[in-house]
Amino acid sequence: MRGCVRRSSTMLAAAVAIAAALPVVAAPQRVVSMNLCSDQLAMMLAAPGQLLSVSSLAQDPRLSPMADEAAAYVPNSGRAEEIYLMRPDLVIAGTYTPPATLSMLRRLGIRVETPPPAEDFDAIRTEITRMGRLLGREEGARDLLARFDADLAAATRPADRGRAALYSANGYTSGTKTLAGAILEAAGYDNIAADYGIAVTAGLPLELLVMARPDRLVTGTNWPGQSRSEAILSHPALAAAAPVKTRVRDLFWTCGTPLVTRAIRSLE
Amino acid sequence: MKALFIALSLLVAVLFATSLLTGPAGLPVVQSLLDLVFGGDGPVPIVMREIRLPRAILGLAVGAGLGLTGAALQGYLRNPLAEPGLLGISGMAAFGAVLAIQTGLSLVAVLALPLAALLGAAAGVGLLVVLAGPRGGSVTLILAGVAISALAGAGTALVLNLSPNPYAANEIIFWLMGSLADRSMLHVWLALPPMILGAGLILSTQRALDALTLGEAAAQALGLAGPSLRWRLVAGTALIVGPATAVAGAIGFVGLVVPHVLRPWIGARPSVLLPASALGGAALLLAADIGVRLIVPDRDLKLGVLTAIVGAPLFLHLIWRTRSGGRV
Repeated sequence: MRGCVRRSSTMLAAAVAIAAALPVVAAPQRVVSMNLCSDQLAMMLAAPGQLLSVSSLAQDPRLSPMADEAAAYVPNSGRAEEIYLMRPDLVIAGTYTPPATLSMLRRLGIRVETPPPAEDFDAIRTEITRMGRLLGREEGARDLLARFDADLAAATRPADRGRAALYSANGYTSGTKTLAGAILEAAGYDNIAADYGIAVTAGLPLELLVMARPDRLVTGTNWPGQSRSEAILSHPALAAAAPVKTRVRDLFWTCGTPLVTRAIRSLE
Repeated sequence: MKALFIALSLLVAVLFATSLLTGPAGLPVVQSLLDLVFGGDGPVPIVMREIRLPRAILGLAVGAGLGLTGAALQGYLRNPLAEPGLLGISGMAAFGAVLAIQTGLSLVAVLALPLAALLGAAAGVGLLVVLAGPRGGSVTLILAGVAISALAGAGTALVLNLSPNPYAANEIIFWLMGSLADRSMLHVWLALPPMILGAGLILSTQRALDALTLGEAAAQALGLAGPSLRWRLVAGTALIVGPATAVAGAIGFVGLVVPHVLRPWIGARPSVLLPASALGGAALLLAADIGVRLIVPDRDLKLGVLTAIVGAPLFLHLIWRTRSGGRV
């Protein structure tokens, strides 16, 4: 009887010692990401074997700057059923993931996190730290953050390069409070969207863009197959609107990750 | 009669000018018109010549074409419910255009787009004439139109949904409702020549259509109702509706409303109704296109929405009159 008590107190002491060595919450071991942007941050930060699956979009070289890395993971197409069958202990989704899928996963007892899309550089910093905390990789996150800050400082140009317009399919432009707007500003351009009080992503009639007389027009590349939505990017008035026209808006502009520094450099 | 034509021409001229002066940029009237004619430096000539001028020209041409074909089809089929949009001719043209775009044919040759739309329209109008010629009743005609519209709409939606382009599926609404936003002079040059040819063919049927009002036997006795009339109408309609739809989408009800509104002034004489309907169609579409820019300036409201709001109640009214035993 007495020996038994002593043994259990030894075990308790051992258990306390082990618990003190671990972080407060054990790091998740089976992580599934189902959003193109969280896919990239998770791939940058996860420990080997920790991340099971990324969204199938992350493997598409037209959308994802990390398509090669993503090929090493199981792709998922964002359906609750397939994700549940992977037995994850953490699912990272986006704010735009269908709520029905998320509530289904939560009902099944899976921890679901939905980090918001990062629309400026401070938000990218926040998201790097958040992803590090979610994955229990705080140290890796600190390193990544330091590298990002150095890259960003090296890529940023003084704001004296003139006025630029961002234009994409269906006549949409991106204002100052968007990631694309932040990239443009960091590259040293004034965004003409500000002339019309556009801070977010909004439609800008073609003739207003022409009237703003930008020094540079930044558009993206067209998708395969044709569409009338993209036809506006080949409009003759657009060709005459700005002396410099570049089609550089691409996959580096989509997500708020440390890779946005490449988007800034593409405007050199 | 002459007064009516002068009034319609003036109306079209005023609406054309208003269309040129309507836009989000709010340019000064005199300056923008001067820059339109004489050019100059800066952005105003670009806005006037590359953005607003093609839009106004297409509004005029597409409206005139739809009014003209509506009046001609009504005369030939002797049925006031005939109209290229309702009968699925525009829908078939849109299907042809979508096929040319999604197969990449329109990238290989620019003319493939209006040509494919033209073939689609020709298939639609040919099928209608076979199914419900001058002797077919209203019911046959409308049902044939419903079937052709449904088939063309489903084909368009299927092709756009299968496209690898993420924007394509959202454009089903453009092909079904039509819009003139952000068209360029390229579209004008693609659409205008075949439409002028088609208008010539349709206007050459004026005497035959007049004779047809006396009855088919009388027209045949005059030697005016032969296969040549049918072919000129089919080809003329396809040449107008095909290219118009290829650049502006399927816009319904113009060809229904305009001849109906003008008939009380003109009577049922197709020879007069045809040119008057062309002018009336141009006025209606220019007005609708000004309307979409004023009602919700920051959205691309589809033209077909406005024409349907005007046209569908009239269509119901015409059906009501058929139902109550009166001749439509």
